Amino acid sequence: MAGAEGDDSLYPIAVLIDELRNEDVQLRLNSIKKLSTIALALGVERTRTELLPFLTDTIYDEDEVLLALAEQLGSFTVLVGGPEFVHCLLPPLESLATVEETVVRDKAVESLRKISQEHSPVDLEVHFVPLVKRLASGDWFTSRTSACGLFGVCYPRVSIMTHTFESTLITAVMHFRTLCSDDTPMVRRAASSKLGEFAKVLELDYVKSDIIPLFTALASDEQDSVRLLAVEAGVSIAALLPQEDLEDLVMPTLRQAAEDKSWRVRYMVADKFSELQKAVGPEITKNDLVPAFQNLLKDCEAEVRTAAANKVKVFCESLPEDSRETIIMTHILPCVKELVSDTNQHVKSALASVIMGLSTILGKDNTVEHLLPLFLVQLKDEYPEVRLNIISNLDCVNEVIGIRQLSQSLLPAIVELAEDAKWRVRLAIIEYMPLLAGQLGVEFFDEKLNSLCMAWLIDHVYAIREAATCNLMKLVEKFGAEWAQNTIVPKVLGMANDSNYLHRMTTLFCINALSEVCGQEITTKHMLPVVLKMSTDQVANVRFNVARCLQKIGPVLDSSALQAEVKPVLEKLATDQDMDVKYFALEAISGMYLFNLPTYIFSETFSFSSILFFFFSFSLSP
Amino acid sequence: MSSGCLFVLRGFLCLIIKDGNLSLFLRLLVPCSSPYEIYLFFNLVCDPADVISTVEFNQTGEFLATGDKGGRVVIFQREPQGEYNVYSTFQSHEPEFDYLKSLEIEEKINKIRWLPPHNPAHFLLSTNDKTVKLWKVSEKDKRAEGYNLRDEEGRLKDLSTITTLQVPVLRPMDLLVEASPRRVFANAHAYHINSISVNSDCETYLSADDLRINLWHLNITDRSFNIVDLKPENMEDLSEVITVAEFHPHHCHLLAFSSSTGTTRLCDMRARALCDQHAKLFEEAVDPSRRSFFSEIVSSVSDVKFSHSGRYLLTRDYLTVKVWDLNMENKPVETYQVHDYLQTKLCSLYESDCIFDKFECTWNGTDSVIMTGAYNNYFRMFDRASLRDVTLEASREVCKRRAVLQPRRVCVGKKRKETDVSVDSLDFRKKILHTAWHPKENIIAIAASNNLYIFQDRLTPNGHHNMPEIQSAPPK
Repeated sequence: MAGAEGDDSLYPIAVLIDELRNEDVQLRLNSIKKLSTIALALGVERTRTELLPFLTDTIYDEDEVLLALAEQLGSFTVLVGGPEFVHCLLPPLESLATVEETVVRDKAVESLRKISQEHSPVDLEVHFVPLVKRLASGDWFTSRTSACGLFGVCYPRVSIMTHTFESTLITAVMHFRTLCSDDTPMVRRAASSKLGEFAKVLELDYVKSDIIPLFTALASDEQDSVRLLAVEAGVSIAALLPQEDLEDLVMPTLRQAAEDKSWRVRYMVADKFSELQKAVGPEITKNDLVPAFQNLLKDCEAEVRTAAANKVKVFCESLPEDSRETIIMTHILPCVKELVSDTNQHVKSALASVIMGLSTILGKDNTVEHLLPLFLVQLKDEYPEVRLNIISNLDCVNEVIGIRQLSQSLLPAIVELAEDAKWRVRLAIIEYMPLLAGQLGVEFFDEKLNSLCMAWLIDHVYAIREAATCNLMKLVEKFGAEWAQNTIVPKVLGMANDSNYLHRMTTLFCINALSEVCGQEITTKHMLPVVLKMSTDQVANVRFNVARCLQKIGPVLDSSALQAEVKPVLEKLATDQDMDVKYFALEAISGMYLFNLPTYIFSETFSFSSILFFFFSFSLSP
Repeated sequence: MSSGCLFVLRGFLCLIIKDGNLSLFLRLLVPCSSPYEIYLFFNLVCDPADVISTVEFNQTGEFLATGDKGGRVVIFQREPQGEYNVYSTFQSHEPEFDYLKSLEIEEKINKIRWLPPHNPAHFLLSTNDKTVKLWKVSEKDKRAEGYNLRDEEGRLKDLSTITTLQVPVLRPMDLLVEASPRRVFANAHAYHINSISVNSDCETYLSADDLRINLWHLNITDRSFNIVDLKPENMEDLSEVITVAEFHPHHCHLLAFSSSTGTTRLCDMRARALCDQHAKLFEEAVDPSRRSFFSEIVSSVSDVKFSHSGRYLLTRDYLTVKVWDLNMENKPVETYQVHDYLQTKLCSLYESDCIFDKFECTWNGTDSVIMTGAYNNYFRMFDRASLRDVTLEASREVCKRRAVLQPRRVCVGKKRKETDVSVDSLDFRKKILHTAWHPKENIIAIAASNNLYIFQDRLTPNGHHNMPEIQSAPPK
């Protein structure tokens, strides 16, 4: 073929280019993701003059394609000829920054921010700044919202040497001010959420003279959806200002936000409380934030109380050390006590997830006197989530007062959770078992909890049985093989004679999990005989799980046992009448490299059985 | 009231008559001196799927959307000359089957709401009983040309002829209007959705069913927040259902919802996350001496609309429309009788189920006139300032070209004039449930069964977008 060499190299690229507008979205997406390959093949010149103009106009596409495109263009600088030509990427990104889909716009803004770093100061002024201005004064709110995210990156890099810097900055502030008072709440929200970032790049004088009025205006916007975003901006601005200005410039507004009529705004204050605390420093924290936090903990809206309850530990931790204990004991603890018997379960569960952390801050005596009663109340709470959260954080208390203090109440709580009617609750408590075992010690465990762990093995929900086997493995890791041999292994192996085949299979699953941690001796001496015996079970599911189990424990066994005991059994299973037993036996044999099989056996059984296996794996899970 | 003092609103000129079925239409262009043209879309067979179930203008009034029982949405665009033409038609919902409950889910569009303009495309929410969908209606006028491996007819090129790579270029093409589903908000309602309303914060909307109101974010389809829940622990204690819910036009935290007991509640979402406790309750005490078996049924609120100013609430019950001032809860500031003459007919209306008809109501652009539908293809308008009212008819027979609608009068007992219609001869199968008023001009859209009528005030200058004063007709 003439020119074959040229064709061969062009063909894949030609396919990629053609698929840029294939009817199938997936193909278009693949093609867009390989845009760099296309650009590389076209060369920088054609990428700039042909590919980019085409991409600029293809904003009709599906969101996922546009998203991929916006992302690609962020790292396209080299492909258009380096920083010198990086401004060529602005038109397609500009049109992507105006589409209705928020994720696409955000990605386009992200890419624009990225490539703004690659512009020279002059290019930034000539190409990038006008783009931001165009977006900021666009007809549609979509472009104006995108503009909000760009002020912060482009202005610090316009060279301070150029005489236009001052005027550029002033126009930037002016544009941002216009956006802050935009007609549509969407733009005001975008401005509100980017205000803090914009403030960071400005000189302190500008922050004081221009940003503060904007912040005050946004924080008293008529729409609470705007006001709530101003809270975060307030936190960022507070971090920028010197201590002496905070009281006059930011605090009145923030105080007002903490008492806003709308619970969503108060929620936001509660949610950002630790950041706020950091930003305003210890003095204001003592005088202003402590009462504000008390109010949030007592708020009439449960959502706000939940958010505040989540912050209790962090807030207390970051209190100034000299007065920490007094503040907690006199101001915070009374509120916490009320929350323990809150009417809302989410509030209680949020509190339960952090309350244990207070014990390290307050020390042993206070914990025993004040916190312990609260823990005990929560351990008896009607909602399982509250009890679970307490149990999951036991380690904090253990360090301070030891777990013995709690064990009296702990046990009934654990037992109740372990027998909860909801299997997800049972699953959650199983996951904490290894932690509890570590805290409580082997003696207590054997006495009280061991029977629970064994009971889960015969739970009627598969997920619980599965988690229970995994739990046994973790316990053995903690307590050692000898403990396993004495307490767990006999019980597990005893189940091999159960009349329910599901329980017999649980034995196999346990052996799968335990063989490695128990080591070669226990596995060969105690487990293997049981497994081998089960190969004659009348239920096929058990038999093929024997094959799988043998494959699994094979590496733990020594080679003489493999050859003498395992091999004959597997060979026998390989001739089983059941398709699946045969399949897994053969798989185990080949997996263990016991011997080379004639290949025809494989080709005969493989395809058919694997289909059946799918069928069976459904029937396995109850 | 003598017909002589009737006003203006009869000056509405018949502009367009449209039948539901767009596939079978005959376009009749009438050359006349009128600046308006009349289009008649004849429907040969009346298919139940064509019955219009909702009508809604967008924020500028340039577009009008209708939804029908067949799950279709038809969008009309106003031409520069003033008339509305079909812009796009698409199938919004399909019939479905809920296998868990063994229930059929109808495709009927219950409500359509336009989103405020984002960009050159238009966005609207449409809902059936269970699922809300967000649609994007956009225009496409460019097409990519130039394939590497195929020629323009789509045939594969000989590979040996390919020596350079070709980048596609975009060329202009005929305008193509596409409707694409952007979001599907499903699985959040156990009962039938009766209303949707977009919040003024432009990022959330509500959907209300018989017992619950959910709040959605427009970008998030996999979760919604329940803000009102009227479901009692025991369904036997059920005493009321939600009939309509709507957001305040300016305050993003206010919403109103009405119930089957005739009350309308205003909720403040700032106060708490769950709005079961209302901020205000609008309810008029019923005179105990006038209570009857039907009192509760006829007091059930079938529609609630905030005025454009946000100051008033308009509610429609079976016999009246009421205007409430948000600052006065104990009684409405205005009450208008829609068809008082039906008072004596309630018994037969109950038997025919007509008493459960849900009539909608609407404000004009300046909140000075109220419109609502009635039976016999009649619709009623009330001028709030002059307290005058008019009954007009939207039917194929009277909506002739250039026709000026004549007021109708329903009389109880003996006819006083030739044109009077007696109560007994009203056709209760012909009802106007859905009406809409252009947000700025005196253009109204009336859905009567499978016909859509668009009337325009004849005093409106052609293509001129200002709001003419509503004038009284000269006394005869």
